[in-house]
Amino acid sequence: MKEQLQYVWLLSRRELRDQLRDWRILTPLLILTIGFPFLMNLVAYYAVDLTNQYGGDLIVDRLVPFSILTIGFFPITISLLGALESFVGEKERGTIEPLLSLPLADWQLYLGKLTVGIVSPLISSFTSTGIYLFMVTRQGLDMPDPLVFVQLFLLTIAHALLMISAAIVISVQSTSVKAANLLASFVIIPITMLMMGETALFIRLDNQVLWCAVLAVIIMAGLLVRLGLAHFQREYLLGRDIDVLNLRWMWKTFWEYFRGGAQNVGGWFSVSLKTTFAKLTRPIAVLLVIAAASVWVGYAASQVYLPQYYSATGMETERLDALRARLSENGNLENISGSITAAGLFAHNFRSTFAIVFMGLFSFGVLGLVLYVINIGQIGVIIALFQLAGYPPGPLLLAGVAPHGIFEIPALIISCAAVLHIGLTLVTPQAHRTLGEVMLEALADWLKVTLAIVAPLLAVAAVIEAYITPQLLCSALEIVCK
Amino acid sequence: MIEVHNLSKQFDNFWAVEDVSLTVQPGQILAILGQNGAGKTTTVRMLTALLTPTRGWARVNGYDIVTQGDKVRASVGVLTEQHGLYMRMSGVEYLDFFGEMYGLQDSRKINTRDRLLEYFGLAEAARRRIGEYSKGMKQKLALARALMHEPPVLLLDEPTSAMDPESARLVRDQIANLRSSRRTIIICTHNLAEAEALADVVAVMYRGRVLISGTLNELKDATLGAREYVVTLAGEWHGSLDLPSGVSWGTRDPGQIRFRVDAPATANPILVRELVKREAPVVSIQESPRSLEQVYLTVMAEAQKPRGKSR
Repeated sequence: MKEQLQYVWLLSRRELRDQLRDWRILTPLLILTIGFPFLMNLVAYYAVDLTNQYGGDLIVDRLVPFSILTIGFFPITISLLGALESFVGEKERGTIEPLLSLPLADWQLYLGKLTVGIVSPLISSFTSTGIYLFMVTRQGLDMPDPLVFVQLFLLTIAHALLMISAAIVISVQSTSVKAANLLASFVIIPITMLMMGETALFIRLDNQVLWCAVLAVIIMAGLLVRLGLAHFQREYLLGRDIDVLNLRWMWKTFWEYFRGGAQNVGGWFSVSLKTTFAKLTRPIAVLLVIAAASVWVGYAASQVYLPQYYSATGMETERLDALRARLSENGNLENISGSITAAGLFAHNFRSTFAIVFMGLFSFGVLGLVLYVINIGQIGVIIALFQLAGYPPGPLLLAGVAPHGIFEIPALIISCAAVLHIGLTLVTPQAHRTLGEVMLEALADWLKVTLAIVAPLLAVAAVIEAYITPQLLCSALEIVCK
Repeated sequence: MIEVHNLSKQFDNFWAVEDVSLTVQPGQILAILGQNGAGKTTTVRMLTALLTPTRGWARVNGYDIVTQGDKVRASVGVLTEQHGLYMRMSGVEYLDFFGEMYGLQDSRKINTRDRLLEYFGLAEAARRRIGEYSKGMKQKLALARALMHEPPVLLLDEPTSAMDPESARLVRDQIANLRSSRRTIIICTHNLAEAEALADVVAVMYRGRVLISGTLNELKDATLGAREYVVTLAGEWHGSLDLPSGVSWGTRDPGQIRFRVDAPATANPILVRELVKREAPVVSIQESPRSLEQVYLTVMAEAQKPRGKSR
């Protein structure tokens, strides 16, 4: 293994040397590395002054983690250009074929490019951060907590991995540097949005949530590397010369996968859908375990943190009394039952499952899974809340959750399983199939399940939740209230 | 040795290479001729295990190109259509890099690199940036790269393109020398004179298929028909002649008579004897030159003939 990794390093070393000889890469990198910490420091002071003038009560120390995160991020954006042209640039210059003709495995070639893509921006990022920290100590500002440093360090590495590995995936899939650069926005925009979220967490200093974010970003970075490795093929780099948006091929391929060889609707249900559902059994099993864990964590965490929170904020009596009052007023619930429509519930639940799909598509299912955990975890929170309010949760679950839940929860699980399946399919090596083809198959599988299983289940759940659950809940709460 | 059987490659709905079968023995040079887009480069890329065949198989130096790709690539030295050099590196750095990537020990790497630089006349420019090299120097360096790991098989795509005649001659001589070291060599080229000078076996490709292949003489016999012999006479001769079997008249000029001969070894001595007996003032008898160019143009003209439409 050591010997095989040695070739990865040889490949990276050559390219690193090449980069260090290219003033077009070196100059902006040096300017950013050395100049940006000073600029950031200045801007932080101005920002604090400005907010304080309007009663913002912001102190510079609070901005230090955010500044480190931003300073670490910028040199990576410059290196993105190098990564974007890593394979496609060599293809354009005609240097790719001798490289591909070497007796190396695909993963060695890929890791060689990834290593050089990661090493130079990280050196630059950490140098830049070092300069900034030196300035922080000189100005007598408070250093962040060591754990925050660890988070920043991991996040910077994860950002570099995310951006560079995504750029290399683009580089492999593109047929020209121009096309690769155009596709760069698919990397920069999501990462910038991610940074904004992380920044908010750093400024709020919400450490536990931040650790979850760090974990999610690292998992996504790992999956993206895996995606690149899974779909890196020498043939793909040499076999195509022009980028053509072949809508006809896309539709034909998608339709073939969607149809799954079925000749009629009956066949589609009995063969095509069955085959697709069989692919989801493992993700469904995983999601069932996660669901149980989420409910338990939601319940246990609420048992511990809700009383703490209410007593800390002095709202305990007020909030719980309000809850008791609402639960005792049957008329309120009856009113609510009249105002909720099945269509509205269906639209809301379908939006929720679609949000899971949307977030999951950009993160190999990771962010979709986060939404799923939040959704399912709420059941545990509600149980805990009712217990705290002095009501046994059993009747509530039986009357208020179970009737529509037996349709709604499986729909949520199956929908999320389809998204996880998309992520899994993308990171699984697929011999002789392009990334586009794999994506089309995964999307066709998702649509099949959504149309044939998820949507009908959600529709049934919505009707029950709108017209039956409120009645059952009213009777159940009457018993409880007595 | 290279063995190719029904090798085919399909891109989308287009067959770039279809049912190509060839065998090249160690010490032999095969020249693949054909227009641009004939499938030469795709064939070479499959033999380098860069592209996976859609059907058929091939073994290079005893290794299967699909299941033993790494071993195939380790056995093959490739000169690609574009030289593929890193312009910011020096010649020495470039060859060292490839030497290391092929796993050569330091001493062997340095010895081979210096020998090749010397051999190709690049020793003086070895420490200069490749970007400063002339086209010919770049091509020679690319060839040196292909030889760095001393591979038993060489696949050379347009080895002398963009070279001045002197450099091209030098490279041709070096390729000819490589044959004597029992290497198996495939050359893809448009240069018919080069193919004729170097190749033992020639294959002509058109639209992904091999139209014809064989030794030069086999190809000439198959495409140009019986060999033509020119009898040069000292003066006019109007005598008649009973032609031996397998010999037919060609053109007849006052100082020259042409004959087509199927089996020259047996027919030519009889023919000369008959001419002398009939007092023809024979000065010399020579085979009329038949070039590879004639073969190629004949084969291509035949291939491009419009076929009758079936109704």
